[in-house]
Amino acid sequence: MRRVVIVGGSAAGLATAEALRRFNFDGEIVIVGDEAEHAYDRPPLSKQLLCGDWDEERAKLMPPARVDRIGAEFRLATRATALWPDDRLIWLHDGGKLAYDELVIATGVRPRSLPATESAPVHVLRTLPDCRRLGAAIREHGRLVIVGAGFIGLEVAATARKLGAEVTVLEPLTAPLASRLGDYTASRLLALHREAGVDLRCGVGVSAITVSETSSGRVVEGVVAAGGSIIESPVVLVAIGCVPNVGWLTGSGLDLADGVGCDAYCRAGPHIWAAGDVARWHHDGLGQSLRIEHRMNANEQATAVAANIMGAARPFTPVPFFWTDHYQTKIQLAGIVAAGAEERAEFADEDSFVRSFWAEGRLIGVLGWNAAKAMMPLRRSLDMTAPVVA
Amino acid sequence: MRVTVDQDICIASGACVLACPEVFQQDEDGLVVLVTDEPGSELHDAVREAMAACPAAVIEIEE
Repeated sequence: MRRVVIVGGSAAGLATAEALRRFNFDGEIVIVGDEAEHAYDRPPLSKQLLCGDWDEERAKLMPPARVDRIGAEFRLATRATALWPDDRLIWLHDGGKLAYDELVIATGVRPRSLPATESAPVHVLRTLPDCRRLGAAIREHGRLVIVGAGFIGLEVAATARKLGAEVTVLEPLTAPLASRLGDYTASRLLALHREAGVDLRCGVGVSAITVSETSSGRVVEGVVAAGGSIIESPVVLVAIGCVPNVGWLTGSGLDLADGVGCDAYCRAGPHIWAAGDVARWHHDGLGQSLRIEHRMNANEQATAVAANIMGAARPFTPVPFFWTDHYQTKIQLAGIVAAGAEERAEFADEDSFVRSFWAEGRLIGVLGWNAAKAMMPLRRSLDMTAPVVA
Repeated sequence: MRVTVDQDICIASGACVLACPEVFQQDEDGLVVLVTDEPGSELHDAVREAMAACPAAVIEIEE
């Protein structure tokens, strides 16, 4: 096996390359990435980079010396446009093609658009250019409407409040994030934002974005909430989730329903693997297919893919983990929160608590609110080895 | 092997502690603290695993 081609140059792609070297792969590694910059970390885009606490250098995914040690060939600002599995090659947007012995698909996800508003000049937040544009707009106007009270939407709300902007968040669900954090913590998080002055309106969908033509082009005027009320703002961020970047794989024969479908080893097909946000794989322990869009999974799955490329033949059965930071509060969840799981309070302090989630007497999830160290013992007891029946 | 950590960018995931508790521990805020910056050779694989697992590139290794 002489060449591994990795399509996707961000967290999962880069981590796969580094792991291949760690497992003694000494052939060629070619990384194809559609972004122009060398990989940067995305979590700071809604936080330290957006408010300017960090400069962009600090948010690089790896220091340059560490990237160099991998000894990979990078094709930046290059899009893969097709995959021919029988010929073991991929086509690139510039008309070139790349043959592979093993292929790793790590093309991630892109922000979902509000239906019927694709042409409105709203903001999304996924890339560094998105972050630069959004930060400049927030500073210029001091006003922001966010559509979607998910983790990204709310993290941006906190950052925008820190920048002194007036912030409104519109969310169609009446209890957003309850399925991700449990009812108690979701309520605490919404309260935290209201206490910070965010105008947070749940149970309110958005039916349109109003746009006007000016001498400098089309500008956003505001949003029309379902029900007809108009909320004016020149800056609108749409943060309603993401969709996997699998369009380029159409016609390849791979399973593309909600990401790239993989088996328990993260294999999508002969000599084809997937890792990171784009990968939907079978979690052997939990007995279900998962696609995890959290930063932690990128490195873990990349390591698993690299090991399996090198012959480890190990099913990937991680304990999922994510973190989300708002104001001075750090929330972390290890494991899963299943519908119908029993939730228990483990301990609570003035501004810190741990909650646990149980199914059939098994510990399946642990949540910490400003409790990263305190939740650790419970994290070691998490049981991801059996299906959770809803 | 010499290990360094940048606590300022640590997001307290604990991934390093799970991979190699002999070298990585957490302070009261959950941020990484090094137990030793020159781990013995029997720990080197686990340290490399910790560096790979860290979701914030906090750990640097000089081999």
